[in-house]
Amino acid sequence: MKQMIYLDNAATTRTRPEVVEAMLPYFSEYYGNPSSIYEFSTPCRKAMSDCRAVLAQSLGVKANEIYFTAGGTEADNWALTAAAEACAAKGKHIITSKIEHHAVLHTCQYLEKRGFEVTYLNVDEAGIVRLEELKKAIRPDTILISIMYANNEIGTLQPIEEIGAIAREHGILFHTDAVQAYGHVPISADACGIDMLSASAHKFGGPKGVGFLYIRSGLKLGAFMHGGAQERRRRGGTENVPGIAGMGRAAQLALLDMEERQQKEQQLRDYLIDRVLKEVPYTRLNGHRTRRLANNANFAFQFIEGESLLIMLDMEGICGSSGSACTSGSLDPSHVLLAIGLPHEIAHGSLRLTVSAENTKEEMDRTVEAIKAIVQKLRNMSPLYEDFMRRSGGEGRR
Amino acid sequence: MYTEKVMDHFQNPRNVGEIENPSGMGTVGNARCGDIMRIYLDIDDQQVIRDVKFKTFGCGAAVATSSMATELVKGKTVQEAMQVTNKAVMEALDGLPPVKVHCSLLAEEAIHAALWDYAEKTGIVIEGLERPRTDISEHEEEEEY
Repeated sequence: MKQMIYLDNAATTRTRPEVVEAMLPYFSEYYGNPSSIYEFSTPCRKAMSDCRAVLAQSLGVKANEIYFTAGGTEADNWALTAAAEACAAKGKHIITSKIEHHAVLHTCQYLEKRGFEVTYLNVDEAGIVRLEELKKAIRPDTILISIMYANNEIGTLQPIEEIGAIAREHGILFHTDAVQAYGHVPISADACGIDMLSASAHKFGGPKGVGFLYIRSGLKLGAFMHGGAQERRRRGGTENVPGIAGMGRAAQLALLDMEERQQKEQQLRDYLIDRVLKEVPYTRLNGHRTRRLANNANFAFQFIEGESLLIMLDMEGICGSSGSACTSGSLDPSHVLLAIGLPHEIAHGSLRLTVSAENTKEEMDRTVEAIKAIVQKLRNMSPLYEDFMRRSGGEGRR
Repeated sequence: MYTEKVMDHFQNPRNVGEIENPSGMGTVGNARCGDIMRIYLDIDDQQVIRDVKFKTFGCGAAVATSSMATELVKGKTVQEAMQVTNKAVMEALDGLPPVKVHCSLLAEEAIHAALWDYAEKTGIVIEGLERPRTDISEHEEEEEY
């Protein structure tokens, strides 16, 4: 196996060594249950309140507005179902977008089965929600708007501040799934009019299996997990203390070096995008050229299929991901790529590469060379490429 | 997730290419679902498949099943080639993940489609051969960049 190049940081990030170190004492040293009254559990309670304080500060909110969860999916599920239930007397209409993560989309479908109505907003060809369409979708019985901060596949950043202002103006709750954005871009809950925000620790150098939901105080949301007095009776279950300690440290570090990291990632990303678009014909960049996460590149290579590309990249030690049907476990390619208007056969040939500040320019070079060779190899065995070349008289046009 | 044989046929696919003026050619699957297979056959007067080539757009299993299917029919008579079922292809590859079984079906259909083309051109009747059920819309709208 060649030296691995990890370019799937939107899937998960390496847990930072400082984070692991911060977690370790809470396994076998301070293993007390934070709910117990004795002194032995005090360090556990302190680890939790420290983490809460860091998270609250990062968003410009109060510590008692942060609720620990088992990750982003739980936070999304909780926010949507609890907000829907809490506001059901006012109305049963929810607005979201077609490019949300399945944690939001499938929860919306669940709510639809229980009598709620959901409008799934279209996005433009860069994957951005159109504000005019959002305004038009608002009805007297609209109770919740849920739009992601940044898209997980194509990295597009949404006009969150404007969406928040529209929601506030109409007295509608606003939830944002910030799983890809938190720890990567500065977020102000107040300036963006955010009522609820979901985040996940392992996307910003923290451990897996822990995340949080910000719930603006005054919002009377019901519990999602029933069973105990934890998290102000809203999320029963003994807290994941080591995970929470790790999340706190990860958030702290992520905030400290955010700007530096962003710059480095963006340089790598732009270098990668420029080289791939220049050197691989019949290729497009999915998503917005600039309004995207600093670490995200998403390409569509015509005439080839994504899973084949991923396996061949893997054989070169390169980890990426794809929105092809074969990798999604269904017959349809990524709902995000279809929503930005890609035809099926092109959506099947997508490749997402998400860098981290730990990557190097040399790794980008090796990746580009691998992509060039693999794409050509796959095109040489593609009947779509054969037909295309025949039609264009054997001369490739760009 | 794939067996060693599947990975071998994916990494080193046998019989990739085209045949000029083939005795039979068939294309099955569609780009919508992400799998297209095309088989070219060169069949002699004794109805023996002298050469076979394929082109495939699809996942690792799609490439591997095409490759294996071409290996299995090469040198066989057209009637013998009818015995190359999707099960035979799967067995030769030491199995496929359940979600990829359709790839082996597509490989079988691609062979049948090429044989059908040959049968239509020559008027030869191949026992058990039916008109291919899947067909791609050859000239789907293509995107220009």
